[in-house]
Amino acid sequence: MSTYRKRIWLRFAVSMFFALLFVFFSLFAGNLAPFDPLQADYGHMLAAPDSEHWFGTDQLGRDIFSRILCGGKSSLLIAFAVTGIVAAFGILLGTLAGFLGGFTDSVIMRICDTLMAFPGIIFTVALVSFIGTGIPNLILAMSLTSWTGYARISRSLVLSVKNNVYLEQARLGGASDWRILTVYIIPNILPPLLVNISQNIGGNLLTISALSLLGLGSPPPTPEWGLMLSEGKNFLYSAPWMLLFPGMIILVCVVVFNLLGDSIQDLMNPKENVY
Amino acid sequence: MGRQIRDRLFSLLIILFGLSLLTFGLTFLLPSGPVEQVIEKLGIAPDPELIAALKKEYGFDQPFAVQYINWLKGLFHGDFGYSVINNDSVNAILSRRLPNTIRLAVCSFGLMVLISFPLGILSALYKNKTADYIIRYMSFVGISIPNFWFGMILIWILGVNLRLLPVSGSLGWRSLIMPSLTLGITNSAYYVRRIRSVMVEQLSEEYIAGLRSRGVSNRRIILLHVLPNSLLAVITMLGMSFGGMLGGTMIVETVFSWNGIGKAAMEAVTGRDYALVQGYVLWMGCIYVLVNLLVDIINQFLDPRIRRAMADK
Repeated sequence: MSTYRKRIWLRFAVSMFFALLFVFFSLFAGNLAPFDPLQADYGHMLAAPDSEHWFGTDQLGRDIFSRILCGGKSSLLIAFAVTGIVAAFGILLGTLAGFLGGFTDSVIMRICDTLMAFPGIIFTVALVSFIGTGIPNLILAMSLTSWTGYARISRSLVLSVKNNVYLEQARLGGASDWRILTVYIIPNILPPLLVNISQNIGGNLLTISALSLLGLGSPPPTPEWGLMLSEGKNFLYSAPWMLLFPGMIILVCVVVFNLLGDSIQDLMNPKENVY
Repeated sequence: MGRQIRDRLFSLLIILFGLSLLTFGLTFLLPSGPVEQVIEKLGIAPDPELIAALKKEYGFDQPFAVQYINWLKGLFHGDFGYSVINNDSVNAILSRRLPNTIRLAVCSFGLMVLISFPLGILSALYKNKTADYIIRYMSFVGISIPNFWFGMILIWILGVNLRLLPVSGSLGWRSLIMPSLTLGITNSAYYVRRIRSVMVEQLSEEYIAGLRSRGVSNRRIILLHVLPNSLLAVITMLGMSFGGMLGGTMIVETVFSWNGIGKAAMEAVTGRDYALVQGYVLWMGCIYVLVNLLVDIINQFLDPRIRRAMADK
């Protein structure tokens, strides 16, 4: 193995380790958090970070460190959910468009064009405002607006494998359209799509934080990173740590997942990266 | 060439049609009808007879297609609906606030170009040297940083601690600085990366080796060959980003209380002012589509191959 490949594997291992660490902490936040994230403590309101409250406390005396830990559960898991749903939806529509062609293809692609014609976040916000705020609606709105990228890529991937001889053989062997699609085509086009999926987690995390900052996500007492920032903004003068730590954790988390996505892309790329 | 323009206009029409259909369709996602919403908002008792009468008067009892066509007719007459909460027409509200948003978008866009071009070019020219590594790490952090948080940190440092700039509001050029910095810096990170990769790609082309072997100076190669060739790809990206910037203004305007249409839209979302949200989506969609068309046209004129083809006709 060349030193270049070794470096990429190392980067992949390190970012994977930290990504899994984030997932682990979010899953077991309830057991790990030193304080109850919802428990108000009026004796310690807006307290600066110290040995007891590592990241300080907020306007109700709630421990920020515990809230960040528990917030990971909603922020991170929603990011995963959105990424998964969007990818599944987009890949399904894209493969159908590429596989069936004709009318289905043009309808799906025209919808794609329209949705891609303007920034997704605008339509997401509009959708949420009409169907109502809250996590399930947020996931729904984001899924409805951001599947287009996947649809485009998977459509062109399907077109590139569609005329392979082995598909003809499978058809001669009596395989149904559905079987050809699920057994022969989708497994073939999935690896390159994996890169897109891994690269989207970070971006989705940013969008979710932004939307919950705007008050479109979970309602207030819930510990959620974006929501914590919007509360912290009101205490800039007296308690800057309310703003500093949740933002920092979003940044670190997005960096880790972006690094992971980049290293997966480099791993999948067989030739040495000249750039 | 004529065929190309015709195809482009045709796809533009389809996109505008889809946009209007999507925006209009939003109304049907409401848990209750628009008439009920208004009545509830005005605090009138929901009398079924009154609701039926209002529905008839405003045509809400007609089938989807008829309602859509009537609504479309209104659009062509410049009637984007009426905002009950602001007691003003949607068009009036948005056009009053649009100049602020454009001011912010243009400033951030200029800043973004000023930051991303030099850094991207520098990074490509000094590939795998110290300068390149520093710029690459910075831009990697830049694409991962939440822009709203970056803005809040700016407020904390420049506004609260150093007291250099007003923390929020939209009075004068001084309050324009921080939102533009926020949008400009966070957006430039992405373009530094793109410009670098486009330039590196150009630099590895064979014609560069050809020029070098003929003894053309490095400076000449970069200024006269690499930059113009890279520019074409970059301009398309930049055009797309102007639209993205308009979307991004929604969040940054809210954080800085900058009185543009993004903030108006967010107020409409929290106040359940559906007509205003619809109007915002339509306006944004149209601006975005127009900007993209403009970028396409500019690109066609910048590309000598297409320009020559047009001159031949």
